[in-house]
Amino acid sequence: MATPRHGALIGAVILLGITGLAQGTAGLAQGAAGSTEGAAGSTEGAKRYGLGRPARAEEIAAWNIDIDREGRKLPPGRGSVVHGRAVFEAQCASCHGARGEGGLGDRLVGGQGTLASNAPIKTVGSFWPYAPTLFDYIRRAMPMNAPQSLSDDDVYAVSAYILNLNGLVPDDAVLDAGALGAVRMPNRDGFVPDPRPDPGR
Amino acid sequence: MSHDDDGLPARRRFLAGGAAAAAGALTGGLAPSRGRAAEAGPPDIPEWMKVPGADVGSQTYGTPSRFESGVIRNVPQRLKQYLSASSRTPLQDLDGIITPNGLFYERHHGGVPDIDPARHRLMIHGLVETPLILTMDDIRRFPSESHIHFLECSGNPGFEALNGRTASDLVGLVGCAEWTGVRLATVLREAGLKPEARWVVAEGADAAALTRSLPIEKCLDDALLVYSQNGERLRPQQGYPLRVLLPGFEGNMSVKWLRRLNVTAEPAYSREETAKYTDSMPDGTARQFTFVMEAKSIITRPSGTQRIAAGFNEITGIAWSGRGLIRAVEVSVDDGRTWQAAALQAPVLTRALTRFRLPWTWDGRPTVIMSRAIDETGYVQPSFAALTAVRGLKSFYHNNAIVPWRVAASGEVTNGYA
Repeated sequence: MATPRHGALIGAVILLGITGLAQGTAGLAQGAAGSTEGAAGSTEGAKRYGLGRPARAEEIAAWNIDIDREGRKLPPGRGSVVHGRAVFEAQCASCHGARGEGGLGDRLVGGQGTLASNAPIKTVGSFWPYAPTLFDYIRRAMPMNAPQSLSDDDVYAVSAYILNLNGLVPDDAVLDAGALGAVRMPNRDGFVPDPRPDPGR
Repeated sequence: MSHDDDGLPARRRFLAGGAAAAAGALTGGLAPSRGRAAEAGPPDIPEWMKVPGADVGSQTYGTPSRFESGVIRNVPQRLKQYLSASSRTPLQDLDGIITPNGLFYERHHGGVPDIDPARHRLMIHGLVETPLILTMDDIRRFPSESHIHFLECSGNPGFEALNGRTASDLVGLVGCAEWTGVRLATVLREAGLKPEARWVVAEGADAAALTRSLPIEKCLDDALLVYSQNGERLRPQQGYPLRVLLPGFEGNMSVKWLRRLNVTAEPAYSREETAKYTDSMPDGTARQFTFVMEAKSIITRPSGTQRIAAGFNEITGIAWSGRGLIRAVEVSVDDGRTWQAAALQAPVLTRALTRFRLPWTWDGRPTVIMSRAIDETGYVQPSFAALTAVRGLKSFYHNNAIVPWRVAASGEVTNGYA
């Protein structure tokens, strides 16, 4: 641990509130206490250990698969409802039912208007707030027996078909990044922040 | 566990078998039966004193006594599939606050991956100065820390069908361990956070590529990147070779098999933080980003399926809070009419299981016993009625209600909800 930047390290560590640091470094810590670090998010004063290696742009692109709710990170490609039906029947229907009614896997279709009832039915159509999340989840995790096996075009197509089954895009829809991001989900505004603790006392 | 596979060399097995035949008690292939076996008290000398025991090293990774073969994970029967499912810790069979690694509850979303740590990589990118790729060797070179914390699934249990028989059936999606790793803050600062960093999207290397968005405040507070649990490397079921641990937060956020940290300005709004792990309310809205696991407790002895005798019985159980320390646990032995303070076993640690005990002399009359936890914020574990009055029965997640156990005149203990 004895590096030229050791003092800065201890300063950073103390600001992070780490307890139980080796007592032998206490003197160094005192000496570095004046070199304060900025607020969370600042890199000023942060210790670097020189571990790891820089990630190259193409490496980041290959793994950077999470899609934001607006769909800004959706990849190139496109898929139709018609093609999506074929992909769904081949890849998805065995678990989710021929028309997304559910089975081994979750129900995907229907339930709109039930969320405030005594028997809420939570599906893509009734509950999911953002359409790009559908692309994100199918691409990363579905089909369950072969995740990350569908092409981006096929993922667009299956997404389009599931949205179509829920009445959210027309039969002739072809979805790409812009069109998927523009789909407004019925329950988009149905989520609220955490107000706990409750019940109060 | 096969009782034939006891690790004895053949010669010793023969010797032991001969002695056992003489004693007429050692039953190699039979399950232990406490009732039938002859008592090994005076004046008899038990047969296990009359022959040498197993060799040193006869088990190179030790396992419990064959007489404890019933203490196992509680795996639900007849699920539709077992890739996205859970198994529970057998809370009623455990003492203290540390959950043995082999009994720690499981919740996987795409099965348990078989990851070669030499090939595993962690990538950190997004709103950082220097995107990084780290090997496991790199990660273990950072300054390390160890902390004891509980980990609990947010749906432990749900709000409906509370008909479990045992403590494990009801609240077994919790465990507590000593976790060793590096502060997540240390690793994020190695990449250099940009000022606009607010969230860290964590992704697993499992078949679900499970993704949760972690708030930056927690990442820079007590969050850990963990590679060891209770002194040994993580088990595959717990995220080997690397996982996140967010003390006190719902277990789903402590992403296992961690391969990627994307520093962002907004949450990813992944499926696991929109369609799942949101709490449906009676008015049709759903609470989102309900991270903290609130104060909770359960009596583990006496508990469901156990049978007690009149006279002295120690009541014991576990309590925990995602908001910090357990300040007190109160126990009622009269169906909630009166409450007594239980003793807390040291150490009482923040965001860790805390063992409580209360001596009790049961008069043999039917009653209901229960516990409630109070944490350092003053929060008191609610009754099921008080909780559901606010949240209804469809929230699924974050049920931390008091668990009642009914004690019959026979001494049989059953689920007080059922």
